[in-house]
Amino acid sequence: MKLHEYQAKELLASYGVQVPEGGVASTPAEANRVAQRLGGTCVVKAQVHAGGRGKAGGIRLVSTAQEAEQAAAALLGTRLVTAQTDPDGVPVGRVLVEQTMEVEQELYLGILIDGSAGSPVVIASRAGGMEIEEIATESPELILRVAIDPVVGFQPFQSRYLSRAMGLNADAAKALTPQLTALYRLFMDRDCSMVEINPLVVTKEQRIVALDAKVTIDDSALFRQPAMAELRDLSQENRLEATALEKGIAYVKLDGDVGCLVNGAGLAMATMDIVRAAGFDPANFLDVGGGADPERVAETVRLVLEDPSVKRILVNVFGGIARCDDIARGIVLAMPKERREMPIIVRFLGTNKEEGKRVLQDSGLTIHPIADLNEGVEVLRRLATP
Amino acid sequence: MSILVDGNTRVIVQGITGRQGTFHATQMLEYGTNVVGGVTPGRGGTTVIDKVPVFDSVQEAVDETGANASIIYVPASGAADTMLEAADAGIPLIICITEGVPPRDMIGVTRYLRERGATLIGPNCPGVISPGHQCKIGIMPGEIHRPGSVGVVSRSGTLTYEAVHQLTQAGIGQSTCVGIGGDPIVGTSFVDILGLFAADPETEAVVLIGEIGGTKEQEAAEFIRAGGYTKPLIAVIAGQSAPPGKRMGHAGAIITGTAALASEKTKALAEVGAVIAPTAGEIGATASRVLAGLSG
Repeated sequence: MKLHEYQAKELLASYGVQVPEGGVASTPAEANRVAQRLGGTCVVKAQVHAGGRGKAGGIRLVSTAQEAEQAAAALLGTRLVTAQTDPDGVPVGRVLVEQTMEVEQELYLGILIDGSAGSPVVIASRAGGMEIEEIATESPELILRVAIDPVVGFQPFQSRYLSRAMGLNADAAKALTPQLTALYRLFMDRDCSMVEINPLVVTKEQRIVALDAKVTIDDSALFRQPAMAELRDLSQENRLEATALEKGIAYVKLDGDVGCLVNGAGLAMATMDIVRAAGFDPANFLDVGGGADPERVAETVRLVLEDPSVKRILVNVFGGIARCDDIARGIVLAMPKERREMPIIVRFLGTNKEEGKRVLQDSGLTIHPIADLNEGVEVLRRLATP
Repeated sequence: MSILVDGNTRVIVQGITGRQGTFHATQMLEYGTNVVGGVTPGRGGTTVIDKVPVFDSVQEAVDETGANASIIYVPASGAADTMLEAADAGIPLIICITEGVPPRDMIGVTRYLRERGATLIGPNCPGVISPGHQCKIGIMPGEIHRPGSVGVVSRSGTLTYEAVHQLTQAGIGQSTCVGIGGDPIVGTSFVDILGLFAADPETEAVVLIGEIGGTKEQEAAEFIRAGGYTKPLIAVIAGQSAPPGKRMGHAGAIITGTAALASEKTKALAEVGAVIAPTAGEIGATASRVLAGLSG
């Protein structure tokens, strides 16, 4: 679960990480008041769960409170489209108004879990301000990695190593250690899957300040992080995806028109790959899940059956915990009346496959049974040729 | 032969009195697995599924039954505790089916288990099955498997069933099938399992099913390059069509950099001689071709 920048910075500050003076505003008048309080030059930043805000016009530099108010008015209530959003963009419900500062050096700092090592790892670079993916392609030698032993935690010597490798002077190096220690503590305390500070800046006064902040809380830990769970902003997520999330369904909206109903994440991805390799585009990723009753299945598959961009459906279910007949009944329950003509290509294997096939055949829906996925691709092709 | 499990495997089920625990314990017994007991704190002294004794703690279960493997079906919030308890009681093979265990818990669990010499499969995995020994410790549908000489290792659940189904349809039996799990931190890697298959005389070839996210497939490729595994390998990587940055159900499958892309993983494995199945629809056919080459 992603936090907004202003939420992330409040969290950072509560752990003693230095962030710029500022305040969040949901109206232009509030933005004016924050800017007045700060005085002088400010930056007005759209609060959205997407990178690439600067290039998309979501970050405005202003020199008076009046200008801050205007910038906020121009951003609030609009949808910001960045390189990382879909073409509709994401709504701007709040702006963060912050004091600007004189920056001497921009660094990159990230903490995440290294799955292979089974421990947290700190990623740092002197090439801050650039996306880490860009640094990785253009100058991979500038990316530093420090594995953290979870028993002893982040240590000052590791901070000193990073400072030396990034070319920090003695004062900045001294300031960096408590900041990184605090960030690591936050990462562990709050069950983060990622903390990314880009840029982490060295100011003229040799202070270390988090100029931007991205914090992602691991979804699986939200049950024990109630304060973090409350920070969720569903407006930032695709409507269908947000619905899915509320119901605990693994769903991702994609661009194509082939609706995919598959059980299990791996099989779902593999099915999408086969659809794409055949020249068609999946409309979604969806894990129908296992062991659900028909009503619950209906709730899940409705996301796909009611998606207007879906023109045909591919069902691929390998019954194990999941029962094919339950999934068939769910599909029959969820199919909207006006879409009963929509072709459904079905492959059932495993638990209660015959019963599942019978339920669909008797439903009056437009069913194309297949034995394997290669046959499914043939049916897709046949349906596509008029 | 097989890896991880065999005819001497004595299994306890942690969480045996829960809905999933009881259901799958029954299925495992029907398959022929030697389920010797279960553990549910507070329910010790009772029995389930006709005759399986329930214990209050793993230590008591081990003392009474001589169990040497444990399978875990407890909710995510308590899963770490049960894995640690199993290792503390000296269980050498721990298989955790539970989905959604917080990664922070797994940081500590994997370390603790390694220090005690326990092997952890999972979490968030379908388990381990060896058809030749009628030993199934997991949630996979037993009837799709056939005894044979091809090993299967996978990060996914249902996609593993798909692969096994295709193998069996093609007349290819399996030595052992291992689902290592889809989470960012799991107990056992592709490298660990390939090492075991390399040493198993009855395994002639391995099907490896990878997916986007992380670098575990590249580590497998490095292991093969270094000579750790020299038998034929058939590989398929799921998620070629996934858009970057989107989470596709498995937490481990977030594309975090170019190394995490399906194309990079395919390339790394192909470079060390793996035969790549173009899509998951062709796993059986690809394996048939590779095995035909071996005997011909």
